[in-house]
Amino acid sequence: MAETDPEMNLGRPASNLPPLSLHIPEPRYRPGDNPDFGDIEVPAVDATPRPGEATKPDAMRELCYGLVRVLDFDGHAKGQWDPKLSPERLRTMLRYMMLTRAFDDRMFRAQRQGKTSFYMKCTGEEATSVASTMAIDRADMCFPSYRQQGILIARDYPLIQMMNQIYSNRGDHLLGRQLPIMYSAPEHGFFSVSGNLATQYPQAVGWAMASASKGDSRIATVWCGEGSSAEGDFHSALTFATVYNAPVIFNVVNNQWAISSFSGFAGGERTTFAARAVGYGIAGLRIDGNDPLAVYAATQWAADRARTNNGPTLIEHFTYRSEGHSTSDDPSAYRAADEATAWPFGDPIARLRQHLEILGEWDADRHDAQARELDDLVKTTQKQSEKLGILGHGMHQPFETMFQDVFEEMPWHLKEQCAQMLAEQEAKFGPDWKPE
Amino acid sequence: MMSSDTKTMNMIEAINSAMDVMLERDPATVVMGEDVGFFGGVFRATAGLQRKHGKTRVFDTPINECGIIGVAVGMGAYGLRPVPEIQFADYIYPGLDQLVSEAARLRYRSANDYICPMTVRTPFGGGIFGGQTHSQSPESIMTHICGVKTVIPSNPYDAKGLLIAAIEDNDPVVFLEPKRIYNGPFSGYYDRPVEPWSKHDASAVPEGYYRIDLGKAATVREGEALTILAYGTMVHVTKTIVEEMGIDAEILDLRTLLPLDIDAIEASVKKTGRCLIVHEATRTSGFGAELAALVQERCFYHLEAPVERVTGFDTPYPHSLEWAYFPGPVRIATALTKILKD
Repeated sequence: MAETDPEMNLGRPASNLPPLSLHIPEPRYRPGDNPDFGDIEVPAVDATPRPGEATKPDAMRELCYGLVRVLDFDGHAKGQWDPKLSPERLRTMLRYMMLTRAFDDRMFRAQRQGKTSFYMKCTGEEATSVASTMAIDRADMCFPSYRQQGILIARDYPLIQMMNQIYSNRGDHLLGRQLPIMYSAPEHGFFSVSGNLATQYPQAVGWAMASASKGDSRIATVWCGEGSSAEGDFHSALTFATVYNAPVIFNVVNNQWAISSFSGFAGGERTTFAARAVGYGIAGLRIDGNDPLAVYAATQWAADRARTNNGPTLIEHFTYRSEGHSTSDDPSAYRAADEATAWPFGDPIARLRQHLEILGEWDADRHDAQARELDDLVKTTQKQSEKLGILGHGMHQPFETMFQDVFEEMPWHLKEQCAQMLAEQEAKFGPDWKPE
Repeated sequence: MMSSDTKTMNMIEAINSAMDVMLERDPATVVMGEDVGFFGGVFRATAGLQRKHGKTRVFDTPINECGIIGVAVGMGAYGLRPVPEIQFADYIYPGLDQLVSEAARLRYRSANDYICPMTVRTPFGGGIFGGQTHSQSPESIMTHICGVKTVIPSNPYDAKGLLIAAIEDNDPVVFLEPKRIYNGPFSGYYDRPVEPWSKHDASAVPEGYYRIDLGKAATVREGEALTILAYGTMVHVTKTIVEEMGIDAEILDLRTLLPLDIDAIEASVKKTGRCLIVHEATRTSGFGAELAALVQERCFYHLEAPVERVTGFDTPYPHSLEWAYFPGPVRIATALTKILKD
């Protein structure tokens, strides 16, 4: 070993130029700090114009740096972006968001009770998937990341199917192959969740290109987090989307945290994530992701744009991840405890509830009754699902399913390996053993 | 399964014809890649296809292999049958995550909800003074992925039939085209004149539809002295050498590396009792290692000599020293002499 050079001079000649310095981003608040988000710019609700859907991207770049809002903090809907939804529709939206949260709470607890290996909540981010899904057509195709359970709920996917997947039980149509929450639901326009980050971005563009090339009328939507917008796939996708003017909506859910890395590690210290659109010449919107009506309005605008061959849109949902990244994460180890409550944009469910109450279309009694009803629904469904088994308690899939679907037809080497594995199981459990 | 008159084609023309036939037969087929559209590809494999089938069926893409393969996965999910070209196999690495983690596993992870009927075509191998970034043979990286089929043709007739079978396959296929033999079979002697495909029987290619099933090896030459396992360019190089040396070798052209035709390999090695494996790719963890392991597992008591490998060296493909790297006549002859000496 060479002797350590304390100056790390590495043989370079002395220089009288000022030394360079490397910037390592650092979030403003760490455990023990009192977070204050007072300096986040919150433009007035009616300050943001709503351009026509055919507007050229370079004529509305300021929308990438502003904030599309509809609900003010007193619960009033205002401005050009107000989608003017019927009370019935607003109540449906509230119900889906509340169901998503009730589902999350129950499944998180199931993981803590040892009934499954893993779970991810979307607490505080329900609007970014529920309201977004409600603003597109049922036939449009969604390419989710891992925190978009709200899509399935807003499309009335059976809760028991979600739970069966989470438990990897006998009812899991994915045969226990995927980590919990990596759903797949083609009948509900929901692509198979990968687990690798942002890979769904170019895939959504490909689906949208295929739809356009066949003269279809369906569009694609895709989600990723601000953290994974740093992946090359994100930029590949935006390049292809702008080149082919693909009918696709890109959602970047900027919830400020990617496990323990704050948004600065994805470039958030320098510019907005919506501004990524500027370099690609596509439309970009930065929106209040905790305002369900803003999410709805922005998505509807982007969908109209895509459907009329006016191209892709990138929507940054400015929001906050109120809970840990997953059941394997403890955010108190790296961020200030009170960040979620200090977050200036409140909670999407509370804000929509307040809006409905101001309209005289909702009240505390109805809200509490609905919360109880949804809790009961989730609990009842959970019991049904658990009858089909939970992870780690008994075998729920025949062993040979491990080898099926690697290919359409099983080649000889997989048949040989399958026979070997079955012999191993017989040696272990005896010839009469059957999965329960 | 011949359906029409034959025509003399080189490998490029046969590959072009396969895509032409599939674009005609199946409206779901789309061909895309860098320079493949108006221009027709840097090796001319897609020449004329855009003009004939239209811009939405055959088109150029950005220089972005992650995007090319990722977009093809999405197109497959929609119901199309994409045939992306990666201009050189050396450029496939930026798209590897989309291939390994997405295309290859989509059927499995979604339990058949979604499939990826994609065929990635890509020229590979050296011998054209391509240097380290236009000469690599990454086939063992492909065969190591579970869920991808790997196909390597060695002549025009096989190239067309295998490519049609690959495009019709409902699983992702990596179709590696040995670019040294696009225009004619290669003897291994770089200083001799190139023989055109027209002098070779396999250049008689039906103009219409036919397929060669994946997973079947071809016996190029029957013999008793030893079995040679080869594919792509090396099929022709080994054939030249054994004929020059007057060795009664049996040469198997594997054609598909995965799924492998193990029955043909086993039958031949049990018959001859000796096995030489020849590939151009780097040696360590190359596909020859897999073949050698399979042969000793299945044919050990029939073997009269250790299984030998002739391969490229474990260095990047050098530019000026290309022919010292290439597993040519001297390296093959030395191995043949060694394996036959007892």
